[in-house]
Amino acid sequence: MTTNSLTTSQGAGRAGDKVFSGATLAAGCLILVVLFGVALFLVVQAIPALVAPPADIQGGHGFFAYIWPIVLGTLIAAVIALVIATPIAIGVALFISHYAPRRLASGLGYVVDLLAAIPSVVYGAWGAAFLAPQISPAYGWLASNLGWLPIFQGPASATGKTILTASIVLSVMVLPIITSLSREIFLQTPKLHEEAALALGATRWEMIKMAVLPFGRPGIVSAIMLGLGRALGETMAVALVLSSGVLTASLIQSGNQTIAAEIALNFPEASGLKVSTLIAAGLVLFVITLGVNMIARWIITKHKEFSGAN
Amino acid sequence: MTVTAPVARKRSALTKGQLPAFAPYIVLAVALVLGAAILALIGFNAFGWGLVSAILFTIGLVGWSAAVEGGRKASDKLATCLIVGSFLVALLPLVSVIWTVLVNGIPGIITPGFLTTSMNGVTGAFDNKSVEEGTKVLGGVYHALLGTVQITLLATVISVPVGLLTAIYLVEYGNDRVLARAITFFVDVMTGIPSIVAGLFAAAFFFVVVGPGTKTGAVAAVALSVLMIPVVVRSSEEMLKIVPNELREAAYALGVRKWRAILKVVIPTAISGIASGVTLAIARVIGETAPILVTAGFATSINNNVFGGWMASLPTFIYTQILNPTSPSNPDPSSQRAWGAALVLIILVMLLNLGARLIARIFAPKAGR
Repeated sequence: MTTNSLTTSQGAGRAGDKVFSGATLAAGCLILVVLFGVALFLVVQAIPALVAPPADIQGGHGFFAYIWPIVLGTLIAAVIALVIATPIAIGVALFISHYAPRRLASGLGYVVDLLAAIPSVVYGAWGAAFLAPQISPAYGWLASNLGWLPIFQGPASATGKTILTASIVLSVMVLPIITSLSREIFLQTPKLHEEAALALGATRWEMIKMAVLPFGRPGIVSAIMLGLGRALGETMAVALVLSSGVLTASLIQSGNQTIAAEIALNFPEASGLKVSTLIAAGLVLFVITLGVNMIARWIITKHKEFSGAN
Repeated sequence: MTVTAPVARKRSALTKGQLPAFAPYIVLAVALVLGAAILALIGFNAFGWGLVSAILFTIGLVGWSAAVEGGRKASDKLATCLIVGSFLVALLPLVSVIWTVLVNGIPGIITPGFLTTSMNGVTGAFDNKSVEEGTKVLGGVYHALLGTVQITLLATVISVPVGLLTAIYLVEYGNDRVLARAITFFVDVMTGIPSIVAGLFAAAFFFVVVGPGTKTGAVAAVALSVLMIPVVVRSSEEMLKIVPNELREAAYALGVRKWRAILKVVIPTAISGIASGVTLAIARVIGETAPILVTAGFATSINNNVFGGWMASLPTFIYTQILNPTSPSNPDPSSQRAWGAALVLIILVMLLNLGARLIARIFAPKAGR
């Protein structure tokens, strides 16, 4: 009798085990299916634009002629954003990990994380309403003094709504990403390496150069890649700040466009082939960011045992 | 005399070639005064004063250090100045954004009825009238607030079970199998999907399944789930991992089945971390604009049905009010409403962030250590 009740209850428990582990497995697989579905549905909806006669695509010269200026615009904006954000982010990460008083450090980290909490549309509104008018005199100065450089060719935009302003807003948005990852890695530097450097008479900066930065290099690289992924896909900052136009070399004139902003500005009113074109543009963006993120994750996984950024 | 003199000499030998402890304060004071003087010549403003003073401070301190202490100490000082400076530079946009939103948003938010009326029937004519006659700005964010809450709630209802179950699979059943490693990798990759691509995916999915041009709150919720699931998985996974193995083993030793051990022992132990992770995930997606823009359309009236009809949300409300003002000739009332909505949105996000910290503190396991 006792054996019987034991086995029956065991049977019920076993069924519960099966159901539960099956449910968790299904949820895990659902994620893979969703990611696959993202790619699949984008491709299905994008095909009409890829096979349409060139004259029907916006611009009238086919999909490739339509997409490459905005791909270039996306890359320009993202790269400038990273050039601005990376040194500052590494400086902030070093400040929090090695310079700030221990008791303040976590609080300061939280303050930097607040930057990440602010919604992107608010950054866009701030960039358009506050930053652009404030910064346009600087563009005028650049145009008159450095105008011989193609990237600062005048006449400067009077409103300040240029690709450089958009990049500055983007750099503010990627700053917390690079900072928080780098900070984690700098904190993982072996204490013995640091103390050995200091014991040999190194100053704090020499210690950082000799012990912290070499140790953190792969982590910094992957943090920059993740920041790049974010900057490539960011929509609102560009859509609200940039007064878009054709591809131009000058960073201080209005012009240029990014993929994400192009989609956001045109998708709500689009119909027919235009929808397909925009979804195809989204597919291109998806492929670019997927590549960037996979390289970043691969670097992190390769150095997993050293870094805390996984 | 003969005893004290060598001591004094020794001390001076040790401290020789070092700047006195008060050196930075002197340089700072000089830099501030000089900065003010220079700015007074070309027109004073606070930002320029700070910038010029910071540059003067760096040059002064590093130069003095180079003269007294030598090159190595000077480059250390320079690095310190640059690193502290970069932190201060990073604070500038934060302060500036919050200040701009507060200054521009408060007039909007204190307008009577701003939080309790929608934009239904508010046309450019009303805005022109309010500018010309100075009457109050009509219209509000009620419909957008309602839409944001509904869309985010539905996204949470979709994401939390999927994300939590996946995290349980990874921690409890995965055993570092190929599938588990693949899921971990692709969850990380999903974290990096641009939000607008997630929106396009949901739109493309519903275009195929339901019909072209389908735009409802539910589509937006699916788009937000794509962004939210990886965040939930990552944070829940971290929390489940730190549940001590002794607890699981004690449960198994008492003859408890694995699934009951997970439900009754592991999850209750980790619930504070999981809840705060979910709250942070909500805070992340509640401000997303681009996916809602391409999936839910714009609405000016209240829509209580997530599954039918266009729906407004706070971020898209801000976006449309700025980009397409209700009255093109008088954009001021629209921008006032947009900043008011931005303030409401920031308050929501900050409350969620604060809530996440409180949850983590309040529901932390009492017998943890």
